[in-house]
Amino acid sequence: MRELLTGNAAIARGAFESGVTVAAGYPGTPSTEILENFSRYDGIYAEWAPNEKVALEVGIGAAMAGARALVTMKHVGVNVAADPLLTAAYTGVNGGLVIVSADDPGMHSSQNEQDNRNYARFARIPMLEPSDSAEARDMVGLALDISEEFDIPVMIRITTRVAHSQGFVDLKEPAPRPLKEYRKDIRKWLMVPAFGRLRRVALGERIERVAAYSENAGVNIVIPGDPKVGVITGGVSYHYVREVLPGASVLKLGLTYPLPAGVIRKFAAGVDRLIVVEELDPYLEDFIRGLGLPVTGKELFPDTGEFSPGVIRRGFIAAGLIPEEEARPVRQFDDMPAVPARPPVLCAGCPHRGVFYTLRRLKLVVTGDIGCYTLGGLAPLEGMDSCVCMGASIGMAHGIDRAAPGLRGRTVAVIGDSTFLHSGITGLLDVVYNNGDTTVIIVDNGTTAMTGHQDHPATGRTLMGRKAPAVDLEGLVRSLGVARVRTVDPLDLAGLEEAVREEVAAPGPSVIIARRPCVLISRQAGPPVTVDRETCTGCKTCLKLSCPAISVTDKTCSVDPVSCTGCGLCVQVCKFGALAAAEGGGNGA
Amino acid sequence: MLKPVDVLLVGVGGQGTILASRILAHVGQAAGYDIKVSEIHGMAQRGGSVVTQVRMGEKVFSPLIEEGGADVILAFEKLEGLRWLGYLKPGGTIIVNDQSIYPVPVLAGLAAYPEDIAGYLKSKVRGAVVVDALGIAAACGNIKAANVVLVGVLASLLPFPEDEWLEALEARVPERFLEVNRAAFKAGYGLGTGGQDPGVGCGPAAGTR
Ligand SMILES: Cc1ncc(C[n+]2csc(CCOP(=O)(O)OP(=O)(O)O)c2C)c(N)n1
Repeated sequence: MRELLTGNAAIARGAFESGVTVAAGYPGTPSTEILENFSRYDGIYAEWAPNEKVALEVGIGAAMAGARALVTMKHVGVNVAADPLLTAAYTGVNGGLVIVSADDPGMHSSQNEQDNRNYARFARIPMLEPSDSAEARDMVGLALDISEEFDIPVMIRITTRVAHSQGFVDLKEPAPRPLKEYRKDIRKWLMVPAFGRLRRVALGERIERVAAYSENAGVNIVIPGDPKVGVITGGVSYHYVREVLPGASVLKLGLTYPLPAGVIRKFAAGVDRLIVVEELDPYLEDFIRGLGLPVTGKELFPDTGEFSPGVIRRGFIAAGLIPEEEARPVRQFDDMPAVPARPPVLCAGCPHRGVFYTLRRLKLVVTGDIGCYTLGGLAPLEGMDSCVCMGASIGMAHGIDRAAPGLRGRTVAVIGDSTFLHSGITGLLDVVYNNGDTTVIIVDNGTTAMTGHQDHPATGRTLMGRKAPAVDLEGLVRSLGVARVRTVDPLDLAGLEEAVREEVAAPGPSVIIARRPCVLISRQAGPPVTVDRETCTGCKTCLKLSCPAISVTDKTCSVDPVSCTGCGLCVQVCKFGALAAAEGGGNGA
Repeated sequence: MLKPVDVLLVGVGGQGTILASRILAHVGQAAGYDIKVSEIHGMAQRGGSVVTQVRMGEKVFSPLIEEGGADVILAFEKLEGLRWLGYLKPGGTIIVNDQSIYPVPVLAGLAAYPEDIAGYLKSKVRGAVVVDALGIAAACGNIKAANVVLVGVLASLLPFPEDEWLEALEARVPERFLEVNRAAFKAGYGLGTGGQDPGVGCGPAAGTR
């Protein structure tokens, strides 16, 4: 059967068809749907781990026990999982182990655009790069075979465009696969220095053998064409090249670590001019230059941002390979009126909104974290000063506290529930242990909202839909040694403000849990707020809430009855009583 | 040789662009096309722009349409139609839903929502179709079918038989919404082909060319 699948669904299908029985990951765009799709197949086990490091460790264990295992994460997740990754390269595997790194060139939904191809070289593990869904499905099976044959974890590196584009995949049925036998072998699995040294040498030999395999790998393909120009490329860029420069000779690399030096040399010898087309870092280019081959790449194509056919065309025009006349105008319409941006915003009724409104009002320094709530840092709410990586808020607040006496007692950390469980617990432990005074607000909306509402250890449900023990956040933070723990409703602005004022002033660490379920999950829409146009002075205070249901027209504010959930925040901020929660509405008022 | 068809569907999160692209891809598949569909769904639910690109041809390489390459832009919201206009091929068509959804900078009075986008689009694109999809869908029984009204208009411009579209609708829309969506599709289709199907009865012809 032929189905139109996204790259992510195709990877899940490939894992199912190739006998993966254990899969783990942590959500992160653009990787999330791989596990969501995989978890729906029969006869497999899949889980959300609290973070990527744990997910990979689950995968390593499953592979050690003889199963085929899949571990998925977004690019920055590999940073979190880097510790086990770099040593799993030494231990190798028993059953096949595949790690999917979903990179995000152009930062559609990420805080950086690091190029994780560097990780494959850094860890010395083979890497496959599919260019579309059909290849994505096939490469999972290939990656598992390579993993088992060469005793090494394999990385599949995709990008947003591969993950989220659909193409046809011819579905196959899974072949049953027995669990490999587990045999105790401490020289392979117990990485103390003496054994580590041995496995490091063995790793070098194993990767040499993969390099030899790479010279004949079916995923490194030459598309013969005009010998005047030879393009070396991989991933989705391959498709842009084929479309924009259809006549060129192309070497499409599917196995991009270790790279096939012989294949590249031979290809280069057959063309007059060698051009590399790759998104982000000059990863292929540096290698090719290292072979002593003259090559152009980043002089023509940017080392940041996502590629598109237009970007590739402009590069080939600059290279003189496409005539100037064939440039396509970026805009055919010069007199177009200014088009306002449509930035994402916190939803109408989002429980996070009250927290940032309050923090801004109190003029606090707010170290933030990553999730929907990061939107609380943007104008007009502007209730957050920083966002670096998941979990960073707490350590950073403690650092500020230790560094600047003037900011002591004026700094709070804000972190989501999923993020706190991912990597906030150790930060809080640090504050407690080192006698810190930091106040932490956990914005607990009962889900991992940003990435599409995945469950986590405090939701009481697993990825496979089973009931699970829900961690008690109050109990958890108390057990870390935080004495001052209180829970507030973020839609009750007065109560929230009082709690923040008191906790910031109090010595020692404090945790405020601002708890309200995500509106998209609870769908708790009360009757909409109404506006008394006579009383409204048009002061625009309510606009500071950055609520998509509120607007000001003809000098008075109006509330869109369709999108308003009746959360009542605007009713609380209006100094003139012009806004009214309907009977039964005003959740927090 | 199948004639390549590139359609850009643009709108705001929650407007049903995804279902529309599924129906289109379904029809393309039945016609034997190679297809690629690309969408960015990062922050769609948070009120951001959503864009789905559907590419059909004998063999499709790039999942992305190049600037100036779309045969049709199907805009579920006017401002989004304007934003993506540069993607339209010379001679291509834009179908635009006559609906404005103000982005937050406009709501907050920090930016202006352009006036008369429909007029501008009509002045720039010959054959631009402006459709009151919400009004038509409401007349058909459910405003949520506005996306399928737009699919109907799109269908009238593409070289696939009406039956194939109705089949795709059946395959992609849940049983209990099928009736309304069929009516919505036919109303849109009738609009695009210039006349109103008298059997549909979904209110006045609200489209203007
Ligand atoms: C290391 C890492 N893994 C995953 C992500 C993707 N990601 C961004 S925010 C987030 C979780 C957000 O959940 P939560 O903290 O509960 O906040 P919410 O979005 O629900 O407000 C995830 C998984 C990331 N940015 N970095």
